[in-house]
Amino acid sequence: MVPTGQTTELPNRIILLHPALVRITHWLNALAIFIMIGSGWRIYNWDPLFGFQFPVWVTFGGWPEVSQHWHNEEGLAGALQWHFAAMWLLFVNLLVYFAYGLASGHFRRAFLPVWPREIARDLGAALSGRLAHRVGERNAVQKVLYIGVLTVIVLTVLSGLSIWKPVQFQDLTGLFGGYDFARYVHFFCMTVIIVFLAVHLTLTALVPKVLPPMITGRAESDTGQDEGARP
Amino acid sequence: MSSLVKPDRRILDAETPSMHPLERRGFLKGALSLGALSLLTGCDLTDNEPAQRLLWNMSWWNDRVQAWLFNPNRLAPTYPESAVDRVFRYNAFYPEDEAPKLDPATYKLELSGSIGDKRPWTVDQLYQLPRTSQITRHVCVEGWSVIGKWSGCPLRNFLERIEADITKKYIGFICADGYYTSVDMPTALHPQTIMAFTFADQILPRKFGYPMKIRIPTKLGFKNPKFVIALSVTDAYPGGFWEDYGYNWYSGS
Repeated sequence: MVPTGQTTELPNRIILLHPALVRITHWLNALAIFIMIGSGWRIYNWDPLFGFQFPVWVTFGGWPEVSQHWHNEEGLAGALQWHFAAMWLLFVNLLVYFAYGLASGHFRRAFLPVWPREIARDLGAALSGRLAHRVGERNAVQKVLYIGVLTVIVLTVLSGLSIWKPVQFQDLTGLFGGYDFARYVHFFCMTVIIVFLAVHLTLTALVPKVLPPMITGRAESDTGQDEGARP
Repeated sequence: MSSLVKPDRRILDAETPSMHPLERRGFLKGALSLGALSLLTGCDLTDNEPAQRLLWNMSWWNDRVQAWLFNPNRLAPTYPESAVDRVFRYNAFYPEDEAPKLDPATYKLELSGSIGDKRPWTVDQLYQLPRTSQITRHVCVEGWSVIGKWSGCPLRNFLERIEADITKKYIGFICADGYYTSVDMPTALHPQTIMAFTFADQILPRKFGYPMKIRIPTKLGFKNPKFVIALSVTDAYPGGFWEDYGYNWYSGS
């Protein structure tokens, strides 16, 4: 496979593992998702779909006492403000990332091909602790996880849009089963993202050497290939 | 939501809109300094001012986006009688038994601002206006929703009768309970925006805003004022009870 323009061979087999745009959008996305989930939990608490609420300290949107002064209530307004501000960060950042991923060939190189046979093989290896980690390569399980979480983030945005605008986007709201059901879809998508994050962060903790390249972009190559593995 | 009744000063403000050319950004500054003054004991607020400013600006941006998304011809979904929720949720910033009890003998709907005929309206006069009915979903900013049936006079029809200047930006509403809110003119002219006189085929009950509430199915619930006693047509941003506390002003559905 011939790497494209952003590949820069550096001395000592140091390669550019993650292009700058991928790194920037990754961390902006992390920030946006953090704010969206935290403020989303606060909003959830005002009308819980299930028989539980999130503890206030894990939610986002300003301290309740401070909120009394700003908003005359315990923190819904702040959470809504953050949610509907950070949604723009999430949305614009996703657009940039998708445009780049499609135009540069990053998606093709990073996520494709992915076949059921490889997925089954790598999943088996991963579960039995035999899956080798090679810089510059993603295994099939990683590919599935990334494709999956990106799809779920898009579904979260769309179901959120259908809750925000059930009149203007009533066809979209209909696709998600109507206003009330769309709230469950939105919540379920958030839950899937949380599960992904748990796996993502656990794997990073298990293979900590993958973290610095996500910041600097550089890694020591053991295959010589550009744009490689990460948890 | 907690209870804090705003003073009736807002009524005066709405009666003389030209004297208070409040622009949103101007208000923002006022709110920030007022907020800072109100918390002399703690530095949290002042520390948070840049964040608050950013959030207010984003909310203002969201107002713009929502106004752009609003299609004046798109109707809110309507439902069959069988879909109407039998128990309709009561919601306000005070308990149900503290809801205003307005006397039809003395009630008047006061009109102000850019209106040709500013004579006040009595309940009898209002209830003789032509009516349409709707079964629509009331969506609360908190997330819950209920489907209800309302009937009353399309606000557009009323605005034409009173010779309102529909080139103005805002319609402001003042309520008997100290609540107030405002909407953009395109929403006020939307065919499903009505002055509701009945709920569930009965005269509007006291707890749901007797004698008149503004029903706007293209807006969140808190943009549907109850016990409306004054209406103004103006270019001066009238704000709103929860809006002035940081809830998004446009809050369209």
